[in-house]
Amino acid sequence: MMPMVRFENVTKRFGATVVLDAFDFEAARGEKVVLIGPSGSGKSTLLRMLMTLERIDAGMVMIDGEALWYVRDGADVEPVTQAHLHHMRAKVGMVFQHFNLFPHMTALQNVANAPRHVLGKPKAEAEALAEMLLRKVGLGDKLSSYPARLSGGQQQRVAIARAMAMEPKVMLFDEVTSALDPELVGEVLDVMRALSVERDLTMLIVTHQMGVARALADRVCFFEKGAIVEQGPPEQVIDDPVHARTQSFLRAVRLT
Amino acid sequence: MEFSFDLLWEILPQLLRATVVTIEATLAGFAISLIVGLVMVSGMRARQRWLRFLSRFAMEFLRATPLLVQVYFLFFVLPGFGITLSPFLTGVTALGLHYGAYAAEAYRAGLESVPRGQWEAAVSLNYSRLAAYRHIVLPQALPPIVPSLGNIAISMLKDTPILAAVTVTELMFVANEIGSERFQYTEPVTAAALIYLVLSLAAAPLINFIDRRLRPEETRA
Ligand SMILES: Nc1ncnc2c1ncn2[C@@H]1O[C@H](COP(=O)(O)OP(=O)(O)OP(=O)(O)O)[C@@H](O)[C@H]1O
Ligand SMILES: [Mg+2]
Repeated sequence: MMPMVRFENVTKRFGATVVLDAFDFEAARGEKVVLIGPSGSGKSTLLRMLMTLERIDAGMVMIDGEALWYVRDGADVEPVTQAHLHHMRAKVGMVFQHFNLFPHMTALQNVANAPRHVLGKPKAEAEALAEMLLRKVGLGDKLSSYPARLSGGQQQRVAIARAMAMEPKVMLFDEVTSALDPELVGEVLDVMRALSVERDLTMLIVTHQMGVARALADRVCFFEKGAIVEQGPPEQVIDDPVHARTQSFLRAVRLT
Repeated sequence: MEFSFDLLWEILPQLLRATVVTIEATLAGFAISLIVGLVMVSGMRARQRWLRFLSRFAMEFLRATPLLVQVYFLFFVLPGFGITLSPFLTGVTALGLHYGAYAAEAYRAGLESVPRGQWEAAVSLNYSRLAAYRHIVLPQALPPIVPSLGNIAISMLKDTPILAAVTVTELMFVANEIGSERFQYTEPVTAAALIYLVLSLAAAPLINFIDRRLRPEETRA
């Protein structure tokens, strides 16, 4: 079967810093992949490239069988039309470490705004969808609350509902529980676990919390210096890593 | 010297008619400056380098040269290019251009106060650039700049006497005319000063009201 996400020989640089060099990666449709690895290894950059928040310098990124950017090896990035970008972004949703909710909108408006003004749904339909999703994430009683009045865990659940309202095929989670107090991690993790049973939804999850990795991953990838050093099911990579670098990383993580 | 309340009473209708012109010029100039500012700030944020450069240059130029010079330029130089505007139109256009440069600066500050994460959220939800501005960025960028725009309006009010230079019959022009006709400047000029004061003071609560209306509920005091 065609992979849902595919990186082929991708290079990404920031000035002199090479983040990814001839990077290859695949995620199957519906697969839940957790990326772990030291700070600065390029995990966020990988997700941000899929969301078109960063461009690539060479290689090819495919989502659902379509090229995200058109890049010829060694040549410049070919101009990508806005229409193509919008077409590709429709397949992908992202949840951020710091939520990035719209502070001037209530929880309901946060979720309903894009269905309404991006997808063009009628107001009533968009709000019904938003209400349904907010109930699903356990926030049925917070529809008219502004983000500033919500806890971190509640804000992150609104952010997940907001992304899901656009019906993406791929969901990207970049350390979505890292900014939360420990007692709030569970409520967000529960929501992500509920999402992970959706068989067609592909999830790429970056985290430093091994509990999150264990709970969600079909496959864990240990990432270092822009390359995957070791990967496999969580029981293997987290509990019984083969590679020395994975072992020392996990020891360091456990100490924190 | 004696202050004549009789004279004051006699010239008041004339001064009030001129006050209407002053208010009209301020409002029209302010409306133009809001639009000019928007055009300039769009230019400064455009993808094209030359457009960014041009907008930046126009803004610096308009702020670095005196309003009086700009008024004269529009009034005496433009007709040479076949464009002739009435004194009033000349005046409000100059006010709008001059203060538009300040409005652009205020807009820019407001737009830059919106965190990057808001743009990234908009991209992740597939908003177009225009829809992102309209629904996400502007509603956050505008409320904090209402006070700056209010200051622009008040400065503009106080600069309307410059339009007298091209014979716009605003308050100072008329006060001056009365003074020179009757060799009696104290009453008309004092009255004019008081009228400007009242207008400026009246503007403050108005700006406050708009400010409070625009502020999102959760940040209201
Ligand atoms: N906008 C940028 N400009 C310059 N360098 C950048 C930029 N974004 C990322 N980098 C660099 O790219 C490398 C990879 O960064 P990235 O954020 O992807 O790492 P990460 O694995 O997500 O780390 P962390 O666990 O700390 O979030 C780092 O060396 C970082 O300094
Ligand atoms: Mg990161």
